[in-house]
Amino acid sequence: MPAPLIEMRGISKSFGAVVANEAVDLSVAPGEILGLLGENGAGKTTLMNVLFGAYAPDAGEILVQGRPVTINSSADALAAGIGMVHQHFHLAPRLSVLENLLIGIPGKSGRIDRAGGLARLREIGRQHGLTLDPDLPVSALSIGEQQRLEIVKALFRGARLLILDEPTAVLAPTEVDGLFSALRSMAAQGLGIIFISHKLNEVRALTHRCVVLRHGRVTGRVDTPASTTSSDMARLMCGHEIVPPARGPSTPGAPVLILDGISTSRHSGMALRDVSLSVRAGEILGIAGVSGNGQRALAEVISGVLAPDAGRMTIAGKMVSRFSPRGVQALGLGRIPEDRMTTGVVTNLPLADSMVLPRIGTAAFSRNGLLRPDAIRAFAEAQIKAYDIRCPGPMTRAGALSGGNLQKALLARELAFDPKVLIVSQPTRGLDIGAARFIHEKFLDMRARGCGIIVIGEDLEELLMLCDRIAVMYEGRIVGTLDSAAATVARLGLMMTGAEGHG
Amino acid sequence: MFRLEARTSTPAWFNLALPLLAIGATLVLCSGLIALAGAGVIEAYGVMFAASLGDSYAITETLVRATPMIFTGLAVAVAFRAKFWNIGAEGQLLAGAVASCAVGAIAMPGPLAMLLMALAGAAAGAAVALLPATLRVKFKVDDVVSSLLLNSVIFYALMALIEGPWKDSFSGYPISPPIEDSANFPVLLEGTRLHLGVVAAFVAAPVIWFLIARTTLGFRIRVIGENPEAARYGGIHVERVLISTALLSGALAGLAGVGEVGGVHFQVMSDISPGYGYSGIVVAMLARLNPLGVVPAALFLAAVMTGAEAMSRATGVPAFLSEVIQGTALLAMLVALLFTAYRIRRVGAAP
Repeated sequence: MPAPLIEMRGISKSFGAVVANEAVDLSVAPGEILGLLGENGAGKTTLMNVLFGAYAPDAGEILVQGRPVTINSSADALAAGIGMVHQHFHLAPRLSVLENLLIGIPGKSGRIDRAGGLARLREIGRQHGLTLDPDLPVSALSIGEQQRLEIVKALFRGARLLILDEPTAVLAPTEVDGLFSALRSMAAQGLGIIFISHKLNEVRALTHRCVVLRHGRVTGRVDTPASTTSSDMARLMCGHEIVPPARGPSTPGAPVLILDGISTSRHSGMALRDVSLSVRAGEILGIAGVSGNGQRALAEVISGVLAPDAGRMTIAGKMVSRFSPRGVQALGLGRIPEDRMTTGVVTNLPLADSMVLPRIGTAAFSRNGLLRPDAIRAFAEAQIKAYDIRCPGPMTRAGALSGGNLQKALLARELAFDPKVLIVSQPTRGLDIGAARFIHEKFLDMRARGCGIIVIGEDLEELLMLCDRIAVMYEGRIVGTLDSAAATVARLGLMMTGAEGHG
Repeated sequence: MFRLEARTSTPAWFNLALPLLAIGATLVLCSGLIALAGAGVIEAYGVMFAASLGDSYAITETLVRATPMIFTGLAVAVAFRAKFWNIGAEGQLLAGAVASCAVGAIAMPGPLAMLLMALAGAAAGAAVALLPATLRVKFKVDDVVSSLLLNSVIFYALMALIEGPWKDSFSGYPISPPIEDSANFPVLLEGTRLHLGVVAAFVAAPVIWFLIARTTLGFRIRVIGENPEAARYGGIHVERVLISTALLSGALAGLAGVGEVGGVHFQVMSDISPGYGYSGIVVAMLARLNPLGVVPAALFLAAVMTGAEAMSRATGVPAFLSEVIQGTALLAMLVALLFTAYRIRRVGAAP
């Protein structure tokens, strides 16, 4: 085994009374892909932020190729050969791929070295299959391409160790394969890679070795995870067994949501083209597809945010005449947004405010334009208790909650009003196993109680587990619908690339 | 080496401590200027204090001066809550002054005149604020720039009015005709300038606090300011709320002008506002956009303004110091606000 590229020894970091990392040891050898596994809040991101210079550790040291170093900023980290691809990309959308690459790179005598940059970009692209059009503005790139650019950026700056924080969370299955082969190619050339994830099958497929964190401590070190089972690793992560919930048979009732020939034009993403679908009471319909194929427009139309140009929508037997969030909500629609932080909650205001936001004008929370603070507080407190939302109280800033707890809060705010139809996008994106399990159980509960649920997602295994039927979207159309008994990941994956389905 | 680190929570006592800290830092920083002007620092601040808060008359003068800044401070606080960047309180104040002066010059029973002056002034201020808000909602025009530049437009329109149709034909001064005597706001304390508008300002602050904290409109204002996307998905008409906020903000700034016409000057002239609209921004920031905090913040600035003139007479330090103090206080507060989100942490020296 070669000397480690990087070694973290006894790293501890606390935020006030919260211990985020405690005496964590970790090392990566050249050519090694290390998985860093753990539930949300286990301390993975904190540990990597220490390594990347965003936080100073309270104790412990970092060695780069055997030499102790102090990393106080991302510039120090880059100088030490550490590159990081964050969950949220740091790109300038109006600049081109090449320009983004050259930001912060000193040029020759004050001039930007475009030719040199272009040559390096081509070379990196050829080496690892990370090709990008240098002149395209970043705003025109797909999420997967933006991620590729972030990786190229790190390599461009001479990273010997690459940290990827949940890189697959934003990718479609086919893109994941491309990412993995690029990462393997980089490892083959002697780079070290830290792959943060809580998707066990990915960690098993990609990594050589894996470190499991729980409550800030290392609870397991597993060699060649391919030889251990997912349930072993899940136990290390959570401290107990996780059994996926079973979806029992159901007897769907009448349709509660019908879309008939819905088309949209004015939309920043992909528009909808003649979309028809229906969801029955007590049924879960999945919408699969590579992101950017109209899912966002679909969710916006159903949520009443975007009015279609053509077509009709019926909720619980009533035709939607005026598309507005309040209008569809009044007909019995509940909505769990795709992006909790931007379209779900208001991070700087108390959690209670976010929990009553969509219904603030109703008699439950206000009367004659005056808020009912006691009712708002009581509602939030009751939901916090019922859903075991971990927070100091309803007046806590929503932004202080973890993703899982926020998702529970958003679920609570909709389910409390017994929706007839529920639309959810990426329900468990970024959530750990325990929280995801809780969310899944709630959906199945609602299904048993006769709610029609429509789940927009990219995680095919999740859709197959949850849904009774799965429709596939491609370029703004529904290209086919499969009974989930007849659907497989391979078949759905094929349809997601535009091949016609047979359902 | 020191560095900033993000805070996970902000202690509650910060809300009170930060403005006091900012004010303290401001006085320390400005003492250098006083010394530079050749005066004793303790003596100069002593004169300022005595002239603004030292006796009951001084206190009433400070209250009178605080009144327009309470209104403009509330105007800015409400607007900034919704992230409607209203830098135009100055122009809205002037518009309010002109409108109320026009109404006040019409002969009618006093109470009716005062009521109509207030309504006209508020409406004029609201109308001025509506312009940048509409430009932003309809055409995505930056509201900072449009509301700021509108101040000059309104100011020169006022100048045109008092140099033209309203010019005093007898003396030739560029001042408007005075309002009717019956429309003068009643004085509350004999021998002072403490007028009805002062009471109105002190009532307005808790009313606006209630509106922000306890009404659905206030809820919507807070939400669209913090996260317009979540608001839109939550069924809030973001544009409509923004326009409502602008109208409210403009009306409050307009009322500042009404108070100056009805209670202090009884007519309109070019220097009716020594920048009360801009001071409102300082007031609102010192108050951390809390309507109740606007009152002490406005009182502080008013005391500085009243005191600076006396200090200038007694020590020879130019009265412009009051403006330096205002500007420094704003900067100090902005720096202080950094500490609500970050804290300074000492890290080992880099090798």
